[in-house]
Amino acid sequence: MNAKEREKLEIEILLDGIQKRYGYDFRDYASASLKRRLEHNLITSKSKNFIELLDKVLHNEKAFENLLLDLSVTVTEMFRDPHIYDAVHKYIVPVLKTYPYIKIWHAGCATGEEVYSMAILLHEEGLLERTHIYATDVNMHALEVGKEGIYPAEQMKQYAKNYISAGGKRSLSDYYHAKYGSAKIDDYLKTNITFAYHNLAVDHSFCEVQMIICRNVLIYFNKKLQDRVFDLFDDSLVHGGFLFLGSKESLEFSSVKHNYECIVAKEQLYRKLYPSGGNK
Amino acid sequence: MKQTSYQALIIGASAGGLKAMSVILPQLPQVFPLVVIVVNHRMETPDTYLTEYLNGICHLPVQDAEHLFPIEPGHIYVAPPGYHLLVADDYCFNLSEDPRVNSSRPSIDVAFESAADVYGEYLIGVVLTGANSDGAIGLAEIKANGGYTIVQDPSEAEAIAMPSAAIKAGKPDFVGSLDQIARQICVISGVEKV
Repeated sequence: MNAKEREKLEIEILLDGIQKRYGYDFRDYASASLKRRLEHNLITSKSKNFIELLDKVLHNEKAFENLLLDLSVTVTEMFRDPHIYDAVHKYIVPVLKTYPYIKIWHAGCATGEEVYSMAILLHEEGLLERTHIYATDVNMHALEVGKEGIYPAEQMKQYAKNYISAGGKRSLSDYYHAKYGSAKIDDYLKTNITFAYHNLAVDHSFCEVQMIICRNVLIYFNKKLQDRVFDLFDDSLVHGGFLFLGSKESLEFSSVKHNYECIVAKEQLYRKLYPSGGNK
Repeated sequence: MKQTSYQALIIGASAGGLKAMSVILPQLPQVFPLVVIVVNHRMETPDTYLTEYLNGICHLPVQDAEHLFPIEPGHIYVAPPGYHLLVADDYCFNLSEDPRVNSSRPSIDVAFESAADVYGEYLIGVVLTGANSDGAIGLAEIKANGGYTIVQDPSEAEAIAMPSAAIKAGKPDFVGSLDQIARQICVISGVEKV
C-alpha cells in the first residue's frame, strides 16, 4: 500500500469514526473538496495525520466542533447572485400568489442572509404574512447567527447594491437597524421563519412545501448523496412546486429528473410536474 | 529526460491569460492523449465566453468543467468562474465554493494541488502570465509529486508577477516563450505539434 492509498484509508477510518461517535455522516461528500477541508483542519488542529485527528475528535468534543465548523464552511450574502431574483419575480411569485398559505424550505441556509433576502422579496410582493420559511442547516453556529439576524454593518453596502440589482422596490436599509457596527434585521421579517437543524445526509422529509431552495450545497456531495437529497426534496415538494438549485447543480442525471420541468436552465430552476404530466 | 506517459496537463493564468492560452492550446493536435485543464482568473459572474472562444480556435473539444463529470483524455476543461476546481481520485471534477485562495476563486493553487495529488508524476503543470502569485505553491507541489513543470518566460509575459513567483517557488523543468511551451508540451506528450 503506497502513501496515497494509506492516506485514503485514514480518511475512510476518520469519517467512519465520526459517523459512529457523533452521527454526522460525511462519507458521501465529494472526496476532493472534503479532503481539502480535512487537510485544513489537520493544520489548525496540529495533527500529524488523519488517525491522530480521529483520536482527538473521538475524545474531545471541542475538537469535533472545530472540525465540524471546518467541514461546513459557509459562504453567503444577502441577495447573492442578484440575477436569480429575476426568475423568482417572473416565474415563482405569480404561482405562489395562487396559494392561500405558502411553505418554503431553504435547505443549507448557512447564516441566513439569503433567507432574509427571500423574506424581503415576499414582503414586497405582499406574500410574507401567509408564508412560512423553514431554514435548515447542519452548522449549529450558522443557525444561531441566522436566528439573531445580526450582520456586520460594513457588508450592508454590498448587500444594498445586490438588493437593487435583484429588483428591490425600496431601500435595503428599510429592513434593518444599524447600531455599533452591526445591522440587525427587523423582527417582523423573522416572525415567519424557523431556523432549525436538519442534516441532508441522514434526516428525512419533515413537511410538504411549495418551494425548496438549495443552492451550492449539492456540489459538496457525491452522486449517491445527491440522489438521496433529490429523493428527499421530491418527497417534500408539492406538485407544481419549485426547486431552485445552484448554477452548477443539475437534476439532469438524477433519478427524479422525469418528475420535473426545467424553467430556467441557466439558473437551475425546476418545477415539479403534476401527475398527469404538464403544469397548469 | 525520464520516460513517462503523462496523463494530464494543467495550465494556470491570470492577467493576459486568454491571449496566452489562445497561442498554446490551438497548437495541441486533434488526437491528444492527455486531459487538459485550464484555470484562468476572471470575473466571478457566470460566463461561458472563455470556453466558447477557446472551443472556436482549438482542435480539441473545449467545455466547462462540471461537478462530478468524468474527466476524459483529449478534452480541454475550463474552470468555471466563481468556483474552485478540484480533481477527485475517481477522475472526476469537484467544484467548491470555499473561500477564495490568493483572492481568487478559482484558485490556481487549489486546482494544481488537487491535480498533483491525483495525477502525481503523470502531470504537466504550466504557469503563464498573471499579476499575482497564485499558482506558485501549486506548481511546486506538482514538482514535489514528480510531475513536469513549465513556466512562461517572465520577460515575454504580459504580466510578470505570476511566472516570476512560480520560478522562484520551485525551479521549473522548462521556461520559455508561448510557442516554445506549446512545442515542449507536444514533445513530452509524444505528439506532433500542429
